[in-house]
Amino acid sequence: MKKAQLKENLYRWFFGLFAFSSLIFLVGITIILFKEGLPLFKEINFFNTIAGRYWYPTYEPPEFGMLPLILASFWVTVGALFVCVPLGVGSALYIHELAGDRQKAILKPLVEILASIPSIVYGFFGMVIVAPLLQDWLNLPVGQTAFTGSLMLGIMATPTVCSIAEDALGFVPKGFREASFAVGANRWQTLTRVVIPAAGSGISTAIILGMSRAVGETMTVLMVTGGAAVIPKSFFQPVRPMTSTIAAEMGETVIGSTHYHALFAIGLILFFITLVFNIVAEFISRRFRIKLGLGR
Amino acid sequence: MADKIRMKLENVNFFYADTQALYEINLDIYQNKVTAIIGPSGCGKSTLIKLLNRMNELIPNARCEGNIYLDGHDIYDPKVDVVDVRRRIGMVFQKPNPFPKSIFDNVAYGLYINGVKDRHYINYKVEKSLKDATLWKEVSDRLHSSALQLSGGQQQRLCIARTLAVEPEVVLMDEPASALDPTSTAKIEELIQELKEKYTIVIVTHNMQQAARISDYTLFLMLGKMIEYDVTNKIFTNPSKKITEDYITGRFG
Repeated sequence: MKKAQLKENLYRWFFGLFAFSSLIFLVGITIILFKEGLPLFKEINFFNTIAGRYWYPTYEPPEFGMLPLILASFWVTVGALFVCVPLGVGSALYIHELAGDRQKAILKPLVEILASIPSIVYGFFGMVIVAPLLQDWLNLPVGQTAFTGSLMLGIMATPTVCSIAEDALGFVPKGFREASFAVGANRWQTLTRVVIPAAGSGISTAIILGMSRAVGETMTVLMVTGGAAVIPKSFFQPVRPMTSTIAAEMGETVIGSTHYHALFAIGLILFFITLVFNIVAEFISRRFRIKLGLGR
Repeated sequence: MADKIRMKLENVNFFYADTQALYEINLDIYQNKVTAIIGPSGCGKSTLIKLLNRMNELIPNARCEGNIYLDGHDIYDPKVDVVDVRRRIGMVFQKPNPFPKSIFDNVAYGLYINGVKDRHYINYKVEKSLKDATLWKEVSDRLHSSALQLSGGQQQRLCIARTLAVEPEVVLMDEPASALDPTSTAKIEELIQELKEKYTIVIVTHNMQQAARISDYTLFLMLGKMIEYDVTNKIFTNPSKKITEDYITGRFG
């Protein structure tokens, strides 16, 4: 009897440790980000860093203005939204509302496969195929631009948006559709006036999580955006988003140098951006469930 | 039976994929009468009522044979617009299913989607439908608050108002009171009595007392087959089949 209970407790502790390990990692990463990122602001004023227009970390004296990097990330992410929202939400609507069982059985796994392609493959594809094509078609000096990055990121974020939006549509109670059909609404009216408004906040969550995916993506943007740390004036010029800056420069800095701290500070900012996105998404999806009477 | 026939079912068979759910249903539904469909769980009551406004078409792999007429016109005729059928034959569901919109917008929904633009007419119609559904007094001061704040019974009357707003000729009710408390149920039953002055009503119920109280005609279904269809009074006092008697006296079911 006692032995059985001991065994039971042992299992509890053992698996509990696994469950809480993610908390340990989260805390650890946060501490390191703060510890290594904050020293930058001791050397340079916080505002001058965030709003500084020039990122010349290897010049003498170096400049660590992050505005070009932040704006680059912003542009590329917004551009990606224009790709992943229509594609992701559109395919979710099609898969959930219009596709028959057979099409659904093909489309859903296809979207999931799209999500499982490593980002380096997207980057490679963007660099070797898409960038030269764009350069050719639009007559650009270089093919690696914010636009190229947006396009690739948008395609990458599409599966995220699609599968979460599809879940949101699935949460809409069957009764809403029936009620709508029963007063003589057709499919399109039911979709636009009942189903989409009811799933609206769930779809917003999908979009925000897609954004969060786009803003944090590194390898692809490193390969396709060109890497020029200047404030972007057009979608068709090279940019250097925050993530690719870290990836490209971390290997060349001296540990403990100002440059090193600056890269961590970028990481810290990114961390906050995605944190805010995820909190907002969680908040909206919670309200969504309450609105549909699903509890938490 | 001198009552006017409004809907007519002829040799209706219905299949879910390979399983037959209804067998050779022949039924006349009379104008301004309440027709109740009773029978044990799984006998096909809900399936049958869904056929009457083609809601069964939302079920994949289902198949319907036979003819169903409204005023002599086959509602399954390929030339007939299903949207039109559903507007003329409204439906209230088992579980109250108001949209997550305001009370006003719930009732006005059918008008909006049928392209009604006239604000005055919409206001008039919403008020009228809510009055007809005996809900107006309870909600007239909060038409623009969410319908989900209403109690279950109020929600169901709201759903009835939503159905009435598009002026259907026949109203189908699929166990409309089964999810409600006794007080709300009494209100719904009272409402059905009032509604039959203007509408033809078909109601599915698993509650035999309810069928006896509110209906004029009763159909007893079992395992997808019509056992008996007659004036309610006769079914409940002097059924012609032994099995009907056994069911209504509670020997099984």
